[in-house]
Amino acid sequence: MTTGRRHLDLAAFGARLSGENAPEYWRALEELAEDPSLHEVLREELARESAATGEGVDRRDFLRLMGASVAMGGLAACTPPAETIVPWVDAPEQLVPGRPLFYASAMELDGVGAGVLVESHMGRPTKIEGNPDHPGSLGATDHFAQASILSLYDPERSGTVRYTGDVSTWAAFVSALQATLQTLRGSGGEGLRVLTEGMSSPTAGSQMREILQRYPAAAWHTWQPVTRDSVLEGSRLAFGRPLQTVRHFGGADVVLALDSDFLAREPGFVRYTRDFMDRRRVRAGAATMNRLYVAESMPTPTGTMADHRVAIPAGEIETLARAIAGEIGVGTRVDAGARSAWAEAVARDLRAHPGRSIVLAGENQPPAVHAIVHAINAALGNAGRTVHYIEPVEANPVNQGESMRRLATDMRAGRVRALLILGGNPAFTAPADLEFARAMDFVPFRVHLGTYYDETSARSHWHVPATHFLEAWSDTRACDGTVSIVQPLIRPLYNGASVHEILAALNEDIRTGHEIVRDFWRERARTGADFDATWNRWLHDGVIPDSALPPVSAPASGAIPAAAPRGAAGIEVVLRPDPMIHDGRFANNSWLQELPKPVTKLTWDNAALMSPATASVLKVANGDVIEIEAGGRTVQAPVWSVPAHADDSITLDYGYGALRTGEVGRGTGTDVYPFRTLAGGDIVRGVTVRKTGRRVRLATVQMHHELAWELADGAGARRNIVRSGTLDRYRENPEFLRVPGLEIKGGPSLYPEWPYETYAWGMVIDTNVCTGCGICTIACQAENSIPVVGKEQVLVGREMHWIRTDHYYKGDPNDPDIGMYNVPIPCMHCENAPCEPVCPVEATSHSDEGINEMTYNRCVGTRYCANNCPYKVRRFNFLSYADFETESYKAMRNPDVTVRSRGVMEKCTYCIQRINEHRIEAEKDGRRIRDGEFTTACAQACPTRAIRFGDLNDSDSDVARLRAEPLNYGMLTELNTQPRTSYLGALKNPNPELARRAAPASSTEPAE
Amino acid sequence: MRPKTETWGLLAEFDDPTSLIEAAEKTREAGYTRIDAFTPFPVEGLHEAIGFHHTKLPMIVLAGGILGFVTGFGMQYFATVIHYPLNIGGRPLNSWPAWIPISFELAILFAAFAAIFGMLALNRLPEPYHPVFNVGRFVLATRDQFFLSIEASDPKFRRDETRRFLEALRPLEVSDVPW
Amino acid sequence: MDPRDPRLPHPQANQPGPQTGRLERAPTIGPGHSFGSITDKISTIVLTRKTSGGWFIGFGIAFAMMMMMLYAIGWLLIKGVGIWGNNNPVGWAFDIINFVWWIGIGHAGTLISAILLLLRQSWRTSINRFAEAMTLFAVACAGLFPLLHVGRPWFAYWLLPYPNTMSLWPQFRSPLMWDVFAVATYATVSLLFWYIGLVPDFATLRDRAKSRPWKILYGFFSLGWRGSAKHWYRYESAYLLLAGLATPLVLSVHTIVSFDFATSVIPGWHTTFFPPYFVAGAIYAGFAMVLTLAIPVRKAFGLQDFITMRHLENMGKVMLTTGLIVGYAYVMEVFYSWYSGNIYEMYVMFNRAFGPYWWTYWLLIVCNIVAPQALWFKKVRTSPLILFVIAMFVNVGMWLERFVIIVVSLHRDFLPSSWGMYSPTRWDFMLFFGTIGLFLTLLFLFIRFLPMISIFEMRTLLPEAQVHED
Repeated sequence: MTTGRRHLDLAAFGARLSGENAPEYWRALEELAEDPSLHEVLREELARESAATGEGVDRRDFLRLMGASVAMGGLAACTPPAETIVPWVDAPEQLVPGRPLFYASAMELDGVGAGVLVESHMGRPTKIEGNPDHPGSLGATDHFAQASILSLYDPERSGTVRYTGDVSTWAAFVSALQATLQTLRGSGGEGLRVLTEGMSSPTAGSQMREILQRYPAAAWHTWQPVTRDSVLEGSRLAFGRPLQTVRHFGGADVVLALDSDFLAREPGFVRYTRDFMDRRRVRAGAATMNRLYVAESMPTPTGTMADHRVAIPAGEIETLARAIAGEIGVGTRVDAGARSAWAEAVARDLRAHPGRSIVLAGENQPPAVHAIVHAINAALGNAGRTVHYIEPVEANPVNQGESMRRLATDMRAGRVRALLILGGNPAFTAPADLEFARAMDFVPFRVHLGTYYDETSARSHWHVPATHFLEAWSDTRACDGTVSIVQPLIRPLYNGASVHEILAALNEDIRTGHEIVRDFWRERARTGADFDATWNRWLHDGVIPDSALPPVSAPASGAIPAAAPRGAAGIEVVLRPDPMIHDGRFANNSWLQELPKPVTKLTWDNAALMSPATASVLKVANGDVIEIEAGGRTVQAPVWSVPAHADDSITLDYGYGALRTGEVGRGTGTDVYPFRTLAGGDIVRGVTVRKTGRRVRLATVQMHHELAWELADGAGARRNIVRSGTLDRYRENPEFLRVPGLEIKGGPSLYPEWPYETYAWGMVIDTNVCTGCGICTIACQAENSIPVVGKEQVLVGREMHWIRTDHYYKGDPNDPDIGMYNVPIPCMHCENAPCEPVCPVEATSHSDEGINEMTYNRCVGTRYCANNCPYKVRRFNFLSYADFETESYKAMRNPDVTVRSRGVMEKCTYCIQRINEHRIEAEKDGRRIRDGEFTTACAQACPTRAIRFGDLNDSDSDVARLRAEPLNYGMLTELNTQPRTSYLGALKNPNPELARRAAPASSTEPAE
Repeated sequence: MRPKTETWGLLAEFDDPTSLIEAAEKTREAGYTRIDAFTPFPVEGLHEAIGFHHTKLPMIVLAGGILGFVTGFGMQYFATVIHYPLNIGGRPLNSWPAWIPISFELAILFAAFAAIFGMLALNRLPEPYHPVFNVGRFVLATRDQFFLSIEASDPKFRRDETRRFLEALRPLEVSDVPW
Repeated sequence: MDPRDPRLPHPQANQPGPQTGRLERAPTIGPGHSFGSITDKISTIVLTRKTSGGWFIGFGIAFAMMMMMLYAIGWLLIKGVGIWGNNNPVGWAFDIINFVWWIGIGHAGTLISAILLLLRQSWRTSINRFAEAMTLFAVACAGLFPLLHVGRPWFAYWLLPYPNTMSLWPQFRSPLMWDVFAVATYATVSLLFWYIGLVPDFATLRDRAKSRPWKILYGFFSLGWRGSAKHWYRYESAYLLLAGLATPLVLSVHTIVSFDFATSVIPGWHTTFFPPYFVAGAIYAGFAMVLTLAIPVRKAFGLQDFITMRHLENMGKVMLTTGLIVGYAYVMEVFYSWYSGNIYEMYVMFNRAFGPYWWTYWLLIVCNIVAPQALWFKKVRTSPLILFVIAMFVNVGMWLERFVIIVVSLHRDFLPSSWGMYSPTRWDFMLFFGTIGLFLTLLFLFIRFLPMISIFEMRTLLPEAQVHED
């Protein structure tokens, strides 16, 4: 059993247990597990399978193999939890077969909760939407929430309690735990340590406090790889205590983001980006926009929205911040060198908007920068207006780095007798200089609660499978402190336990997770008898009203910490969490793995991202593997050059390269954690780079490196794909983006128009507020059961996404203020669709509501339609991409959508299943479908509401009005395709003072 | 059926097309009607010589062509406009220009069939057995010899008299063609 | 039954007269032949001549390649089109390239037999049978690809208009439907044309075959032909009518194939002058392939008397002409894209010449335009070896032309974001060379078991065949 992954082929059990009904199943297994002969069976099975899944096997085959093992769940476990859960919509009848119900719940990531609505078909959660009533969501979600449904059914999740790798039982674990606790009780828990991830669950918090009362000598440590220590320390510097910032972009005319991707990454971005974009929707009669300044090293979605952007190494942000602060009158004036002009202009603009601006800094900027930011906001009078401060939502707001350092030291010193790691994979993610994994060996009793059997599990005595958030009761706080009850939708598929249950076990508390959470809130509800009603309302709404944390008045000490001696010059390395698989916890989630990362459009890999200039200085090309060395630590990663990236700066995403992930994540990317130390922080300066001579192929869905010729004269511009200009030009003439002869309708035609009397479905996409985050893509994938194809297939250009976000640069690649534009492209549903007349078998045709429909079972797969689609939105099943074997995925898929087989063409359907569902409802009530009654998956998930969908025949529908906007344009209309999907042009709001810098902006205005 | 005559007829062999044609013309002038000639390749003017003038094959082919075109266009119109109308890319149901190619191809196909099978039918082929095959030297009709036949069913046919007549035409030899 | 052995020439049978100097131009048949000698020479290849070791070696190689094709097809059916290099945006690649290439090659045969017959070009006689056979086999290879390129080949029959309970019909606006009818018609008519031409020769073989089984077999296919004057008369008019039908058919087939591209919206495809351009290209490719095959065969079977220098030279001239037409088309493509002022059209040409696949474009120019210019010289046209080399150039060039049109146009069309690259897999090559194996296998069987030159038509070329009135 030396293979990396110890997976149980529980199909063997299934065979033994045929006839057992599923709910009994696990108890049966536990009994069996005691039987030694079974252990033999297990070993054989394990040996056989680990042999079967040797290198040669490709991912899809493996998942087939997995399918067998998932039969264990039988997915007869697909039943709602025993306790009453409350659907979000009060339907007169509760469960109508075939009709989904929605339940409010919340997903916690890095200690911040986001409210979600979970669509449940007959007790099977199938889709996650945002909860409109939740302040952190407002109806939208992030891509993690969308993808979490796949993680729920992931057949490779750990499925059983293990002791040193062998199958054991919950009972055995609890007794072992009790035994250990007995030995510790005398010393007041001396040597008992609990290591949790950052979490905001009030219940868990109180549970821990009880434990710490019971064992005064015990200690609670916290570590999450995407740590916010510097934010915490920054506020300590500014206010003398850890505080959390809540921002109100609605009131901000000017925003300065210092290396902060607040529109697509940082906690609460779903809410913030919505507020921010509400200030950028230029409509007839409302021609106002906020102004965004961005200084960053790696172009982020936030950077693509910037009105003025400077690309500078992350290590020089501090200088720039000090310079701006100096201009504003905070601290002393500092010379920002080449960027002084920029700094002055920005400062002047900020000063011109006192109380109506926001300055914010990124999580991996040093504390000093955050302190400066607080001071600036105070000086500008923003504090209390556009920003206010609350106590951290964290249950255990400590400096996690320090907490880990103490833990590691104690472990080495043998002062730790029992270590409970609740969630996370610290053996993989802990700061490299702590050598945490090795330190674990000094602990005599190690427990790991984890979703997968990973590095940490392998180094623990006991491994307990963790529940998915849709499987267990809990609670969590949003970025503003609002509490949501985490309501489970389904019984644990893989026999997991929640944090609360483990803590209860520590506490010799016999209550279930449900009781623990409910009792905790019963005490606080102060409603006494009718708590049930209150509780049900909370569950129904998905939020506890007025539970947001109150603002604390925090006078920021204007003082700014003295500039620390700048680190070694030369090239810097910036470490950030991967935009898709985050700190690595989603490495086994193929949806996220294949979701193109913003800007780079890379999939399945992380890379050493750098500017083309730096790449040519280092004499490396895309795919060349380089070795980066700093302070004796080295990491190897393939190069990927990114226009608009700061020079002399290399961005490395951590989270990839775990060895003990499932087959999906195995072998993807490179592990850069060894490069991430407490001492070094996330910005490592003065690294040395060496070419290894190795090359790897990186799978991107958009070939920027191929676009040199086009970049020179702006492909998007000359082809009128992207249309952009400035707010001033718009004010002069709102129609200034119109191109004569390129109207959506009105191309000359020999043929009469087809009439569309009933509905005319259409979509309008506002490129002015699209950050290119890719959430629409993954929401579509979840809604329409779109298969993943794997890196090899992406490499040959066969990704299946129905909606993609194209990323265009504008102007000279060496211009620091290069324009970046995001254009989501679903099917245009052309009224004169070029794809239809070329199909020889009528497999694609037009509905009388103007939808370009695919008849899958009629398609023979000539691919002529895809060739003839000018927008290239059609996707072909070149191989059997859909996984028909894996049991759990069958339970996950949307029952209203056909699963496509090999040799069939597919594409965006405008979520026809949703249209039909609501048409039927409307017809039952004898009415038309109301505008906003439903929308497509992409539009529903989009945090910026850039995508709007509706009926063009209804003149006061959202889309109809947007289509009438002067900024509205159609793509490639010279082909007279008459697309139903149209776009709104992108506007920049440049600072007149810096406007000459934005001069190239005019280059994407249509050439007359 | 039971043949009324004891032989099928007489077969005269010549060794070049010219003498065959002369012989054929003389025979026709002598008033024989049921005569035929057999050659290894089409001999110019031979059919006039034996008094065979026109064939209605071209008319058959023309009919085939017209039938094909009508069939093709009709099928497409019926399928697209009448039987299962669909909105295909906003094009009108009666997209007749798009139907020309198939109509044309079917016209050609039907005409070709008409030509081939019309010819075979008029020639009463295939006909695996024919009395002339009984004459041993007839195998040379597909090599380098030329034959002239007079059928016994010819009203003017008198066995000996006709044989003498043929020998007068200076063939290589004259042979009876048994049933 | 006549006691005398019929196969002995008659004691008084004439011997071939002296070769008359009636033909001024280079002869289309060598001197010193009689009806009998022609018959014997051609038919012995089939009947008596011992099968040469060379034939077995050649056939063996061809057969092995065909087996490779079957293997490639088997794997294709198991795994799917994904084993090829096709992708988004390059939905069509080797599959359709090969289809168009083969179909193009399949044009010379019927063209030679039909058009040259109508033009009374007697020199066609000795090559038409051969060319027709080549046409049939090429069309057979071509026909494979439309079938196999679809995602679900087992449903390919849905492209046929047959009555069904769902009252579902094909979509007749699709050029692919036109292809179905055009190719099917072309294959059928070519086959009939070829078979009808064979019937009198089957009779000859019937009468000369020694073993009874062969007699019966050839007799079966000869339909009891006995060379009756009436039969000959109807036969000739039918043959002439067929030629008249085949001529527009030949032109229509590649026209319709070109519609697959011309009627689409893709820059580089959407071109009005594709039909004549494709037809010329097809004739070009066809003659090149006839030469490629005729030159070795004529040597191997000592048929220099029948496939004479004049044939080779004429075919060289046809290649030169069609090659110039194709060259003109290339020039016009560039001109149009510039003159249109349309950025997409302009970029397509730019991309062909200087994009990632630039070398295919320039290689194509060399093969199709530069190399054939040598044909201006009589020395070249009359040297079988050089002719063979040039024909090879053209075969390659015409394949590259389809690659440039299909792949290079598709891989970069309207939205730069969806541009991609294409690279074929080993399965693409196995299938392509496999079909060449199929083609050669059929060809080897043909020259072994059927008269590769029309015997009865050759007879008519002899001076003795002329009836002299006096």
